[in-house]
Amino acid sequence: MKRLLVANRGEIAVRIIRAARDLGISTVAVHSTADTDTRHVRLADTAVEIGPPPAGKSYLVADAVLEAARSAGADAVHPGYGFLSERAGFAAAVADAGLVFVGPAADVIDQMGDKVRARQVAAAAGVPTVPGTPGGVDDVDAAVRAAAEIGYPIMLKAAAGGGGRGIRVVEDEAALRAAFPAASREAASAFGDGRMYLERFVRRARHVEVQVLGDGTDAVHLFERECSLQRRRQKMVEEALAPGIDAGVREAMTAAAVRLAREVGYASAGTAEFLVDDENHEFFFIEMNTRIQVEHPTTELVTGVDLVAEQLRIAAGEPLRHAQADIAARGCALEFRVCAEDPARGFLPAPGQVGRVVLPAGPWVRVDTWLEPDVTVPPFYDSLLAKVVVWGEDRETAVRRSRRALAEFAVEGVPTTAGLFTEILGQPWFAAGEFHTGTLEQWWSEREEAAR
Amino acid sequence: MPRHEVVSPIPGVFYRRPDPDSDPFATEGQTVGADDTVCLVEVMKSFHQVHAGAAGKVVEFLVENEDVVDAGQAVAVIEAG
Repeated sequence: MKRLLVANRGEIAVRIIRAARDLGISTVAVHSTADTDTRHVRLADTAVEIGPPPAGKSYLVADAVLEAARSAGADAVHPGYGFLSERAGFAAAVADAGLVFVGPAADVIDQMGDKVRARQVAAAAGVPTVPGTPGGVDDVDAAVRAAAEIGYPIMLKAAAGGGGRGIRVVEDEAALRAAFPAASREAASAFGDGRMYLERFVRRARHVEVQVLGDGTDAVHLFERECSLQRRRQKMVEEALAPGIDAGVREAMTAAAVRLAREVGYASAGTAEFLVDDENHEFFFIEMNTRIQVEHPTTELVTGVDLVAEQLRIAAGEPLRHAQADIAARGCALEFRVCAEDPARGFLPAPGQVGRVVLPAGPWVRVDTWLEPDVTVPPFYDSLLAKVVVWGEDRETAVRRSRRALAEFAVEGVPTTAGLFTEILGQPWFAAGEFHTGTLEQWWSEREEAAR
Repeated sequence: MPRHEVVSPIPGVFYRRPDPDSDPFATEGQTVGADDTVCLVEVMKSFHQVHAGAAGKVVEFLVENEDVVDAGQAVAVIEAG
């Protein structure tokens, strides 16, 4: 690998270019006409314009990216996250063009990106998934039999339905017997199909994900990240390691992720997402993300492993450089996603002209960003401005240092979510590490209510 | 007849349809209510509905589907009635 094309923009393009340069690999940036004068373009050894501003006409056009790779003489392509990163067809096209795709093989992306097939892989690897009926059940006795195997509480939903319509949660057999007939009748009249799915309902769920590295033969884990603090399914704060699980769950979950990676012959960095029931600490595999993730720096700070550099080494054909026993996690790392959104206006996206920029630094504070003074934040892409990532020898130290770092952060010209994080750090549930996927939205709506 | 300009409150990419396979929200000559959605503007991967703002007949659209619009830019004209 001599020349790497980075098929992305923003902070992750900057991050990848830096890792490549650290390894002595030259870099090719691609950019839309909206990103001509941006940091990733200037940082790369060479840059190729690939189209007009909307991503659908530039960053998402596989042929334009491949043509850029050819014209700039690249021998490898790193897709970053988002855009083309989890499109099996793109990975295959890169390989067909005789270039190295920095990520797993196209068929693995395909397999792990499909929920049904990923569940089959999990079953083969002995990894638990959320228990439920594979198909619909059509009468109450069948439902009761299925529920006895699945375990209560149970979520009932129309087999033919979509979204959240008509979902009922039942606590026990009596409640199931009472609820099933009406639910089934409603489903029949709404969808013309009265069959119902049954699935275990997790009242308080944490989203915990395990980072893995594989070389196609072997796989190791780099512990887990806690990603439950989300708003509208967008993660806002992540941390490594997860404060809400004990050593036993950690050991079982990380081992499960390694089995999954081995099962599919995974080659690259990947993340196995799990849902953890906060009440009984049972965990279930949800899906695998076959790309580098936004929150990867938290893992890097606690393990000392450069995940992007390892991706590049693996793609170049090197075997894993770390034995499992050599990978240790030390301290606590927190990541705050600072976005150009206005919390006071319902998190309205806020592109615009930036003025002054002050980024935090200092001991154990890392900022991954594309921000510079006087840049324009375009309306065409995601709102992520910067990731403030903070390490501490323990969680309390990391939290205290995060307060300091976030107070230093200043961007003029566009509203950001930075101020909100200082508030979150002050919440008792955050300090105690006691939160789940619903906590942040609940806190926010209560805060809005109180402000009225 | 008062002329009403429908203005995009945000910058982004302008869409006439809810998704590529659907019919446009409104066509020229069509009568709309003040609260009817006449277009979408995509900003930072989120979609915002733009309402007519006045009841009446759609006279014309001032921008093409998938054009880039600025905040405050007029995107359509309605003959309020």
